[in-house]
Amino acid sequence: MKDALEMLRFAFVQRALVAGVFVAIGCGLLGVFLVLRRQSMLGDGLAHFAFGAVGLALLLDLAPLALALPLSMLAALAIFLLPERAGAQADAAIGMVSAVGVALGVLLASLGGGFNVDLFGFLFGDILAVGAGEAALSAGVAAAVILTVTLAYPELFAVTFDETAARVAGIRPERWRRLMAALSAVVVVLGIRVVGTMLVSSLLIFPAAAALQCRRSFRGVLALAPAIGALSVVGGIALALILDAPAGAATVLLNALLFVAALLARRLRRR
Amino acid sequence: MTPIEVERLEAAYDIEPALSGVSWRVEAGEFWAVVGPNGSGKSTLLKTVLGLLRPRSGDVLLFGRYPARFREWRRVGYMPQFAAGATAHFPATVREVVALGRLATKRFPRLRGRKDAVAVEETLKQFDIADLADRPIGDLSGGQRQRALLARAFVNRPDLLLLDEPNAALDPASRDEFYALLRRLHREAGATIVLVTHDSAEAGRHANRMLYLDRTVVFSGTFQDFCRSPEMAARFGAQSQHVICHQHDCPERRP
Repeated sequence: MKDALEMLRFAFVQRALVAGVFVAIGCGLLGVFLVLRRQSMLGDGLAHFAFGAVGLALLLDLAPLALALPLSMLAALAIFLLPERAGAQADAAIGMVSAVGVALGVLLASLGGGFNVDLFGFLFGDILAVGAGEAALSAGVAAAVILTVTLAYPELFAVTFDETAARVAGIRPERWRRLMAALSAVVVVLGIRVVGTMLVSSLLIFPAAAALQCRRSFRGVLALAPAIGALSVVGGIALALILDAPAGAATVLLNALLFVAALLARRLRRR
Repeated sequence: MTPIEVERLEAAYDIEPALSGVSWRVEAGEFWAVVGPNGSGKSTLLKTVLGLLRPRSGDVLLFGRYPARFREWRRVGYMPQFAAGATAHFPATVREVVALGRLATKRFPRLRGRKDAVAVEETLKQFDIADLADRPIGDLSGGQRQRALLARAFVNRPDLLLLDEPNAALDPASRDEFYALLRRLHREAGATIVLVTHDSAEAGRHANRMLYLDRTVVFSGTFQDFCRSPEMAARFGAQSQHVICHQHDCPERRP
């Protein structure tokens, strides 16, 4: 532990903490809406798609995030438009977009040959390698998510609780669904640096699921989920430094432990 | 202004019309029950009135405006058949749910103010759920949950209350309580109420007007007229009609 605290002096650890905590806050907030709307796998689908987008960026020698961000936002839009316009089932739309992303990633990795190692870094994340720019971007995105959720809280709550009644109150649910999808795409792409494409959906799902175990009010869950996410990222980085283990995997397992603890606490409260 | 006017309405989800040739008028202060068998178009009629489904032909006016152009949603309270969030796992307190009804009075950003808080607290008291205000809606009984959802629909004191099978999942005692509350709102608050239900007998006991649908209007009028109607006698059989009307003390069927 002492060693881990001493490592806080290093800039790469500070950057990792800033990026990780802000991504976790964004994911925690958005995850509540996705889990309650039964769209938890949206994060998984977008992450897989982003894998392909990163592959494309590496092949074209572009900054991975610069290409993955807009392409993933388009993929998120496609996931929502396929059911609305083409009558596809929502989970099928996620599956289709996800498969296209992975196939693209594998194909481009094969064509690119020389960047396989880089691409696999995105598969499992490397938070200790984030740059100052990525850390600042994470903070900016988290601020945008917090601002959006604060301003649009009534609409987002109404649409999540009862979409038909929200429509009768003059709210247009499709607008808010798309906004949430676009924001989810952004946090997922940034989350790839924290835990990798294989595990990023856990940053959306676990904190929300754990907060829901402690549920009483909607506001309470929205406050708790980002806190749980941030705690697991800080703990994951600390574990990684102490045990010399991968930070992404440690973060996800810590998230899972916090979920189990919340579940047990709820059971005990009920007795 | 007339709350609802429907003229020669045809509505469909696919090729086959769910409703055709429907004309109907709801005047202020009336309490209508819209009844009919499953798939008769009851909920479809409500959806077209609310602008959730565009008519294939004919006209629907809500307070004199086409639903697509209607903006005064605070005048309309709506309680759908199912609210996705009214489940055991949704993290929302009764107070938060009732406050959702206030959104119809605002535009983005729909931030809550003191007036909203007062309206919510008054409604919680009016619906006898003030003591449940901080409990998650998923922890309530079926009857309490429906009461909270009705409070959400009524929090703006709407001129028109539209209820889509609100009592389908309730036991008889909760159903009686729910209807008593509706009658009170109609009598004391003067709300115009449209209640969609598949239970003709129950509807006749509480509403003063009935619309019987079977993809078109089969009957429209007072409950007394319903009891006299030969079309209804032919549809239900005289015995069943007698049971419905006798049960509910219709003067026409008294011995």
